[in-house]
Amino acid sequence: MDLLNAIVALSNFVIVPAVAYGAQLALGALGVTLIYGILRFSNFAHGDTMAFGTLVTILFTWWFQSMGITLGVLPTALLAIPFGIAGTALLVLATDRVVYRFYRRKKAKPVMLVIVSIGVMFVYNGLTRVILGPDDRNFADGERFIINARDFREMTGLEEGLAIRTTQGITVITAVLVVALLFWFLNRTRTGKSMRAYSDNEDLALLSGISPEKVERVTWLIVAALITVAGVLYGLDKSYKPFTYFQLLLPIFAAAIVGGLGSPIGAIVGGFVIAFSEVAITYAWKKVLEYAMPQALEPDGLVQLLSTDYKFAVSFMILLVVLIFRPTGLFRGKSV
Amino acid sequence: MKKYLAATAVCALTGGTAMAQDVPVGIIMGFTGPIESLTPQMAASAELAMTEVNESGNFLEGRTLVPVRADSTCIDSAAATAAAERLVTSDGVVAIVGADCSGVTGAVLSNVAVPNGIPMISPSATSPALSNAEDNGLFFRTAPSDARQGQVLADILEERGITEVAVTYTNNDYGKGLADSFISAFEEQGGTVTLSSAHEDGKADYSSEVASLASAGGELLAVFGYSDQGGKGMIQSSLDTGAFDTFMMGDGMYSDALTADLGDDLNGSFGAAPWSEGEGADRFLEITEEAGINGDSTFTRESYDAAALIALAMMAGGEATSQAVADNVMNVANAPGEKIMPGELAKALQILADGGDVDYDGATAVELIGPGEASGTYRYYEIKDGEYSTVDFK
Repeated sequence: MDLLNAIVALSNFVIVPAVAYGAQLALGALGVTLIYGILRFSNFAHGDTMAFGTLVTILFTWWFQSMGITLGVLPTALLAIPFGIAGTALLVLATDRVVYRFYRRKKAKPVMLVIVSIGVMFVYNGLTRVILGPDDRNFADGERFIINARDFREMTGLEEGLAIRTTQGITVITAVLVVALLFWFLNRTRTGKSMRAYSDNEDLALLSGISPEKVERVTWLIVAALITVAGVLYGLDKSYKPFTYFQLLLPIFAAAIVGGLGSPIGAIVGGFVIAFSEVAITYAWKKVLEYAMPQALEPDGLVQLLSTDYKFAVSFMILLVVLIFRPTGLFRGKSV
Repeated sequence: MKKYLAATAVCALTGGTAMAQDVPVGIIMGFTGPIESLTPQMAASAELAMTEVNESGNFLEGRTLVPVRADSTCIDSAAATAAAERLVTSDGVVAIVGADCSGVTGAVLSNVAVPNGIPMISPSATSPALSNAEDNGLFFRTAPSDARQGQVLADILEERGITEVAVTYTNNDYGKGLADSFISAFEEQGGTVTLSSAHEDGKADYSSEVASLASAGGELLAVFGYSDQGGKGMIQSSLDTGAFDTFMMGDGMYSDALTADLGDDLNGSFGAAPWSEGEGADRFLEITEEAGINGDSTFTRESYDAAALIALAMMAGGEATSQAVADNVMNVANAPGEKIMPGELAKALQILADGGDVDYDGATAVELIGPGEASGTYRYYEIKDGEYSTVDFK
């Protein structure tokens, strides 16, 4: 019984939140990795593109709600995601046409494109704030919990409760679907294969007749979809605030680099590595150990490796360690 | 010719004495900076009290209080010090209403007020650190110290028989100060704090903070944060994970938006918020409405009281000097004496002129304790059916 309690407590405070957070990071990191692999630069505007995609989705969600269209127990935002993706796609394609293409034509160095993307970041930043302002927005509706802590306790008779929010469930399911779709696209379709070829060896790909314009366009479209889905899931699960999306840039990049830039599988693994280490290293293990260990060995202290204030530092630490010992990341991506 | 000379001399003399009849009083507040939306009403309320004193004609044989404004910026101690320096050296103020924010108030006190012997009455600095500041008896405040709030909250827990709590506070001077004062008061009463952990405002996710607090355990979670910021996030996350279902909240958490958002989930939670109600507060609203000032704005009552106390202290001391203010503020603010409401300053001045005693109550039921700070009235509330309901006043 005690061991069960330990498992439930661990699931409630570590596993469930970390899985949901990891899925959100993985989707974000996939976008970063695709841009790095195919367009060959680190896109610092990623976090703010995410905020923009979420913003469009929120506006459509509100519009649907005002017309009385809802999804019942599911959040209405799911219905609005396609429109969010369309809006984001328009934005990034326009940016590519106006800004990035200019530098690509001039064969600008990747580091120059990075600086350009910082400029784009500031523009998006302002755009989002002009439209919806800098405040917190809550746009989740529908049923809040799949199972809540109180019901779980009553059902099982355990001391510990387990809560799974609807948004956490949706996050994981959506992430799995999106990733499966992406891999199918990259490995099975002609366009996907040409994208991989372009990423592996640009010159060879051009020689074999692959149109760079098309590859770039498709990449931006996929990135827009990934980014909007990631942003909306994060916003549903937590809350929408432009500034926190900007801050997400760090863990997302950490995830992409840890996994190996340019490697889609790496991005997913990296997302979960970062999420689990952030949550587990700052977790106070006292409660779990109390249940799991014999009474004589019960800890007095909190058994917390790092205070939660250092959460962001964990991403940095992992990033540093990986860059020192395995600069290409866990899955042999491109060296940074 | 002689007559003419004499006449001009007399004129010059009376002219000179007319100038000497003016008593400059500094009002140093953050007219620019983070609380610039509050300070105009605060300053106007302080000036309202001075106007009332001047119009009564009872003040020290017809002398006139002249308010002089200066900008404290609320956050820039160097700028506040320079502004206060100007008030003292070139405007020659005898007393200061202000400053407003705790940080600049401490700077003005130690750099300007103490070296020059100028008394200050702050309407809005609540940091507990100011209670122990080196002030030579020159610093007073009409706002209660958060040390008092910590004590009030600890008392509430004792009343409820709660002995073990976890604490979370917003990571700034206010949150840290309030958490520290609460913890020391609570531990003195024999309570145990399982974990005191800071949270940052403006984050999207508080699950890891809540996870460590839940691991530490406790009968409830004490939240010293802001209702529209991390404080709400902590409560929301605790409710979601089932980590805590009862909360005790500091004054920053009191807002109708909080109960509207979280509603019935908060039932049974409780807390304290500074409160002024009753005759004094009602009277104050009447006179500010007449004067065209928004008297509902934060700290306007305290500002009015601060200025009124300075005038009454001068009257009680019989002279418009800094020394008279410093010596007499405590006497006019506290019993014994006749209770004085806002708008009754003329009556108070008359009583003092006749050699009587006053107990200035003002808009906030002023009662200065300890090192000259308001005891403050707190409303102890509990949330029932998603609404605030008053349990007691403390």
